[in-house]
Amino acid sequence: MSHPENATVFLKDKARAKWHDDTLWIVRQKRDVTIHQIPEWEKLRELASQIKDHTLSKLDFYLEELEKNATANGIKVHWAENAEEHNQIIGKILDEKKCKAIVKSKSILTEECHLNPFLEEKGIEVVDTDLGERIIQFLKQPPSHIVMPAIHLKKSDISEIFHEKLHTEKGNVDPVYLTHAARLHLREKFLQAKVAITGVNFAVAETGEFVVCTNEGNADMGVHLADTHIACMGIEKLIPRRKDLGVFLRLLARSATGQSITNYNSHFRSPSPGKELHLILVNNGRTKQLAREKFRNSLKCIRCGACMNTCPIYRRSGGFSYGSTVPGPIGSILSPGIDMKKYSTLPFASTLCGSCSDVCPVKINIHEQLYEWRQEITKAQGSSLKGLSMKLANGIFKSPLAYRISGKMMRASLKTLPDSIIYNPLNAWGKGRNLPDLPSESFKDWYKKNR
Amino acid sequence: MKKDAPHIGLFIPCYIDQFYPNVAIASLELLEKLGCKVTYPLGQTCCGQPMSNAGFESKTTDTTSKFIRDFAKFDYIVAPSGSCVLHVKEHSPKIDKLKKNQEHLQANIYELSEFITDVLKVDSIKGSFPHKIGFHASCHGLRGLRLASDSELNEPVFNKTLQLMKDLEGLEIVELTRKDECCGFGGTFAVSEEAISVQMGKDRIADHVDKGVEIIVGGDMSCIMHMQGIATRDKEKIQLMHFAEILNQVIS
Repeated sequence: MSHPENATVFLKDKARAKWHDDTLWIVRQKRDVTIHQIPEWEKLRELASQIKDHTLSKLDFYLEELEKNATANGIKVHWAENAEEHNQIIGKILDEKKCKAIVKSKSILTEECHLNPFLEEKGIEVVDTDLGERIIQFLKQPPSHIVMPAIHLKKSDISEIFHEKLHTEKGNVDPVYLTHAARLHLREKFLQAKVAITGVNFAVAETGEFVVCTNEGNADMGVHLADTHIACMGIEKLIPRRKDLGVFLRLLARSATGQSITNYNSHFRSPSPGKELHLILVNNGRTKQLAREKFRNSLKCIRCGACMNTCPIYRRSGGFSYGSTVPGPIGSILSPGIDMKKYSTLPFASTLCGSCSDVCPVKINIHEQLYEWRQEITKAQGSSLKGLSMKLANGIFKSPLAYRISGKMMRASLKTLPDSIIYNPLNAWGKGRNLPDLPSESFKDWYKKNR
Repeated sequence: MKKDAPHIGLFIPCYIDQFYPNVAIASLELLEKLGCKVTYPLGQTCCGQPMSNAGFESKTTDTTSKFIRDFAKFDYIVAPSGSCVLHVKEHSPKIDKLKKNQEHLQANIYELSEFITDVLKVDSIKGSFPHKIGFHASCHGLRGLRLASDSELNEPVFNKTLQLMKDLEGLEIVELTRKDECCGFGGTFAVSEEAISVQMGKDRIADHVDKGVEIIVGGDMSCIMHMQGIATRDKEKIQLMHFAEILNQVIS
């Protein structure tokens, strides 16, 4: 289904749609409050943007530096060209360890690679340990938001899911009670798992270390109890120096949730004695995006989700309406690079209002890239009906006479046509809106008479 | 009018010409009252924005060339629309044959309120307008032309359009809950994403209605056309106006 169709369905439940909009707006407001406590906020954004631009311009160099330094630290570094290779690498490690159950902290990359279904097919139990992720895992749903994966669900929904899966009291919607139940459930899983998988928020080329940010400490719980830690990262999650972290950690938490710092920023440098640490560097289309000049800087994204919280379309259509791993504005400029046909409606799911670009902590010009994807998509689609009408419009607008005649005809016909024809179901404008009252003469006519 | 007054080409976006001649008249008269020499080139049509935003920028070269030929001869080009000005400045395709003229045009085209504040150096307009208004910031004017500070950036607060209205006697400007959320018009978005577009418009109007606003004032008739259409359909009593209509009405 296309984005407009999904959005129409989402908006049918008016009360829930309004709740969704309000909930995400609260997150946006929290972000606003906290960024105004930082006088140098705009300088930080600029600095982060430049560091990322620089890193992307020498990505090969920094990746090799990371590999060299991480290897020296005792980390086993793997390269995966695509999702399949990524999954195979993990599958192989699990086979070697004869591991049948893993715990995983939040990683949008493993969503992108569809790691869970791959492992489940191999008979391996995968437990997502981020609370939101665990909730949607019970429902067999993908995340609807990259930072708050279960943001589309209400307390009452979660209460029902937990009643069914964790046998909590029916109808108890107290968040403390429900969180406690999840905690007990997850503790058991943590204790059993021999392998823990995490994502990576930042990898530091200079030191060969990486940082994982969570609010729940679930990455640490998993990693420290397991014998083997597998960390998966997209190759763009790289920064040159450790001191750059100060810039990004300040921006990330504030942009994502309005916190001044994420609760747990865990640094991983080398495996504990007797344990193993693997780092998988995944391309999966990223170098293709790097080669697209107009869209290259979408790879600066640090996955804070601020563009989703601010997007008036995302808030009113929900993450699932996009049908892509990463939803919202940033998803709409990343996804067409993966499959332009499948995601062709996403760059049009925007008014180009520009709010996404202004909240972005690394200054990705998201709305301008949405505009550029539109140009690419119409070119690829060739002579569609819309293309024809646009050619016609260009014909009218290049000739003043044709414009005057068509304008006059439009004003005359709109005046004489009955409302039933103007406001028929095929007229999308008229479904929820009236047309303007029509003047008897255009400004041009007035000007000729009066000046 | 001063003898050495610069010559202004008045750019009236096509839908304003056809649907809102009063806004165009107000813009013309306002500039004239401020001492400007203004000409409306009769051959003008459209800037090409609706086509470009729909993904057909490459098909607007004829429209863009025509626009450059119509307007390049003026010292300044002024329009009562942030959206169309932004398009001409940043999104119209490059026309190599008219490079010099296009560069002149892009450097000297202004939205009406920024022209009055930045070029004419008028701080504010004096007069009386005893009404409670809410300001609707058009996104292209706000985040494209930076006619005001927005709620996303950490920057000093300013608003060029409201600056012109700040000294009007009796005027009350309300603080909105979401001071610069998009109204949902978005050109072809209004029809291709009809459901969200209308919902966004309803939400925007409700913010003003909740605060007891009498008149929603904006700088882009496309936003106003969309919100007016919804307000009329929903039988909301709120009025919508372009700021040029108010300033032209109050200026002596």
